[in-house]
Amino acid sequence: MTSSSLSSSFTVTVNGEPQLLDLDNRTTLLDALREHLDLTGAKKGCDHGQCGACTVLLDGRRVNSCLVLAVATQGHSITTIEGLGTAERLHPIQQAFIDHDGLQCGYCTPGQICSAVGALDEADRGWPSAATADVGAEKITLDDSEIRERMSGNLCRCGAYVNILAAINAVSP
Amino acid sequence: MTSRMVGQPVNRVEDPRLLVGAGRFLDDLGQDAAELAVLRSPHAHARITDIDVTAALEVQGLLAIYTYEDLSGPLADPLPLLIPHPAICAGRTQYALARDEVNYVGEAIAVVVAENRYLAEDAVERIVVSYRPLPPVVGVQAARAAEHLVHEDAPGNVAAHFVQEVGDAAAAIAAAPFRLELELAIERSASTPLEGRGVLAQWDSDSQRLRMWTSTQTSTGVRAAVAAKLGLDLGRVEVITPDVGGGFGVKIVHPWPEEVLVPMAARALGRPVKFTEDRREHFISAAHERGQLQHIEVGFDATGRILGLSVRFWHDNGAYLPYGLIVPIITSTQLLGPYKPGAYRVEFDSLYTNTVIVTPYRGAGRPQGVYAMERTLDAIAGELGLDRSVVRATNFIQPSEMPYDHGLIFQDGRPLVYDSGDFPASLAKLKALVGWDDWPAYQAAARAQGRQVGLGLACYVEGTGVGPYEGGHVQIETSGRIKVATGLTSQGQGHQTAFAQIVADELGVSMDDIEVVTGDTRRFPYAVGTFASRAAVTSGSAIALAARMVRRKILKVAADALEADPEDLEIVEGMVRVKGAPGVAMALGTVAVLSNPLRYAFDEASKAATQFVVGDSDLPPVNEDDEPGLEGRDYYSPLRSTFANGMHAVIVETDPETAEIKILRYCVVHDCGTLINPLIVEGQVHGGVAQGVGGALYERLVYDDAGQLQNASFMDFLMPYVSEVPESIEIDHLETPSPLNPLGIKGAGEAGVIPSAAVFASAISDAEGFAITAMPISPSDLFELRRRHAGTDRHNESIAKKEPTR
Ligand code: FES
Ligand code: FES
Repeated sequence: MTSSSLSSSFTVTVNGEPQLLDLDNRTTLLDALREHLDLTGAKKGCDHGQCGACTVLLDGRRVNSCLVLAVATQGHSITTIEGLGTAERLHPIQQAFIDHDGLQCGYCTPGQICSAVGALDEADRGWPSAATADVGAEKITLDDSEIRERMSGNLCRCGAYVNILAAINAVSP
Repeated sequence: MTSRMVGQPVNRVEDPRLLVGAGRFLDDLGQDAAELAVLRSPHAHARITDIDVTAALEVQGLLAIYTYEDLSGPLADPLPLLIPHPAICAGRTQYALARDEVNYVGEAIAVVVAENRYLAEDAVERIVVSYRPLPPVVGVQAARAAEHLVHEDAPGNVAAHFVQEVGDAAAAIAAAPFRLELELAIERSASTPLEGRGVLAQWDSDSQRLRMWTSTQTSTGVRAAVAAKLGLDLGRVEVITPDVGGGFGVKIVHPWPEEVLVPMAARALGRPVKFTEDRREHFISAAHERGQLQHIEVGFDATGRILGLSVRFWHDNGAYLPYGLIVPIITSTQLLGPYKPGAYRVEFDSLYTNTVIVTPYRGAGRPQGVYAMERTLDAIAGELGLDRSVVRATNFIQPSEMPYDHGLIFQDGRPLVYDSGDFPASLAKLKALVGWDDWPAYQAAARAQGRQVGLGLACYVEGTGVGPYEGGHVQIETSGRIKVATGLTSQGQGHQTAFAQIVADELGVSMDDIEVVTGDTRRFPYAVGTFASRAAVTSGSAIALAARMVRRKILKVAADALEADPEDLEIVEGMVRVKGAPGVAMALGTVAVLSNPLRYAFDEASKAATQFVVGDSDLPPVNEDDEPGLEGRDYYSPLRSTFANGMHAVIVETDPETAEIKILRYCVVHDCGTLINPLIVEGQVHGGVAQGVGGALYERLVYDDAGQLQNASFMDFLMPYVSEVPESIEIDHLETPSPLNPLGIKGAGEAGVIPSAAVFASAISDAEGFAITAMPISPSDLFELRRRHAGTDRHNESIAKKEPTR
């Protein structure tokens, strides 16, 4: 008898499509996306919530999908890198990463992009960060220090940071 | 006229795919493959007395368990010592699965294959291994003391002992008017690419062929090693490198145990098998670098000119020596940087310890060497009260002395001869960029406000583009599309873009029509690999030569068809045309059609190429020294390395209370010869600097006395995030073309990281007024140093120390 017999079946919306999954309860959201929904854009850099390569949007907020159990997303809505833009119709952040050379090996990139999309949205809603001077502001403009603070969960071992910063800066209102 | 692509900051053709999540990295492939998990040693040094797999056999979904007992033939032999060297006195490598002894925490003992990784790990947990622990040897000091041995048959824990000498350094130092001695230490770091190692194998029992994908820096190396280990003809093994999520050196090591065990299991089980390394496994079972202790003696005159230099260092090579002596040999030779050392002697011991192996990480021994040399030059400047930049300039090799022969043997077994470089010009650029001459006033003003700021300077020379060779294949299809292949691999360096730029210029075609494939042995079976900043130099040159070959053939075939002289033809935007008569033209695709005499027509275009139409009926359709098709294959084999150089300056501010170290400015002057794509080169420099900042200020691998790695996670091994790197990196380029290759290129991949330990040590010493002799340095290290130096006249203290400061 092994624990693999402990599984659940549930529905979650991924990139706008409802998906029915039947998974070992231990399956993380990251593994569910990659191994069961064939959405391999989100990457595994550590599986411990320390690198951000697996970042996706859960009901619009960024999460490390390696730290979320897939069963816990029942009834929620997930957006992955595949749901943001296509090679023909890039999301503005994706285009900015090309224009500013914000990537090298590209392994951290899906996570950086999802994280940047989440960060821009958070700022737009006026959610403060540790770098926010006026925590009561309606909307927050992302300057360099805000971007550095808000993107500090996304590791890029290729060290493309200077250009990632430039790319996000270019899109930030 | 098509504008020249080489030299342009062209956006990378790799990007769109990677940006939408359509990259295909190793773990994105083989979704249906069975998965392999590894049982690894929890002990740094132990005898294995028993392995009991009984309990694991009950796990549902289990497919196989392998231990050393299950290995046979060459698989049961130790893994290869890839780069032999006469100085290796006791070369030891590990078995793919430990036979009876383990020598580091993380060494592979057994592997499990199951339906998925979750189940494979369940089974691994149930295997019971009995050990008889042995005393571990951890750290260079313990290895030198040799109270215990890592390998019983490696006395003194010495893997290799090597001496090189030019002139009589001891006599030159003894006779010199000034002398200094330094003790320096530098700790371990590691490549830690964001994507770990991974391998997928598929055995086709019908054709008896193995196809594998691996996240490697050398697909041809893996192919040869796997064929040898599995007893397969090379022709039955194909190795494909998918997108690779960073390498930085660690993925040049091959074959990893998993790279032979995965294909072995795939063949035995008759189904695809995959291994994807997890992050902890990467820390404890891949490779580290950097750790050295150094003792330096230098003699110099009153102008700071070095008369004699003697360097003795001890290099921690970890438990085994699969990659030979490359790292310490590079340290021992590249230490010299842009300087003439007078008489020079270097001696090192490469020592075994019960820790993860040490193999090249970006910079590969150079950061340690540059650190030794630059600390020495700062010490000389301090001793004589001279400007640090002046002491450096005094010792520079002059442009008029190029090519400059150091009289030493480099890592490739060839003489250490610098091909080109203008060091005084590089220094002048850097001093202008950082504002060197204004610094004393700035620092004094800052001090007056109670701020501690420091300026550091460090120079390096980097041997790049080492041989033996790379090749390139360029083919024009009848569609007019151009297929380019080279055997070495890519891990984010933008090779597809850079190589397409080269071909676009050589052939006069648009980059949009070019497709570049790297690291696929089906497309190009002869190659060495991507390391030592060699890809642009070696493959770039080979591809240029292959393209020139194709160009000659294009002009010949087109000249026949257009009844013109090849000399009068030009290729513009994919059309061959008669110069001055743009109306007389032919598309490259048509030339490709004509280059291959056909018996059978399959479409309108090919009708024009049937044997009834083309060629002279008095000659064979394919003439004697000709070949059908419009393709060229050529190789570039450098006589020796080409030497890039650079100089970095950093301004830091250290907090008087917390000892926090803040980077105020980071300036780089860099000369990598002809730039193919400045955007890519700058990206490489940014990346190197980010890793250098990590290596200087944050990263260390902390082993306890039992040989347990205490910080084997991204939580505890601190790498720079966007919050830690300099806000901008100011870069100025110098382009001194290499005379050694057709494009004048020098390598750029490692440059950014090489001088970082040195430049930060220099800047922090300048800020604090006492010498930094151990790197990396954290705020708590600095705080402790300040306590130790309290009461001394910090701003006049010499760097020279009898002992490392910690
Ligand atoms: S893989 Fe999820 S944070 Fe690293
Ligand atoms: S681009 Fe390679 S890790 Fe970020």
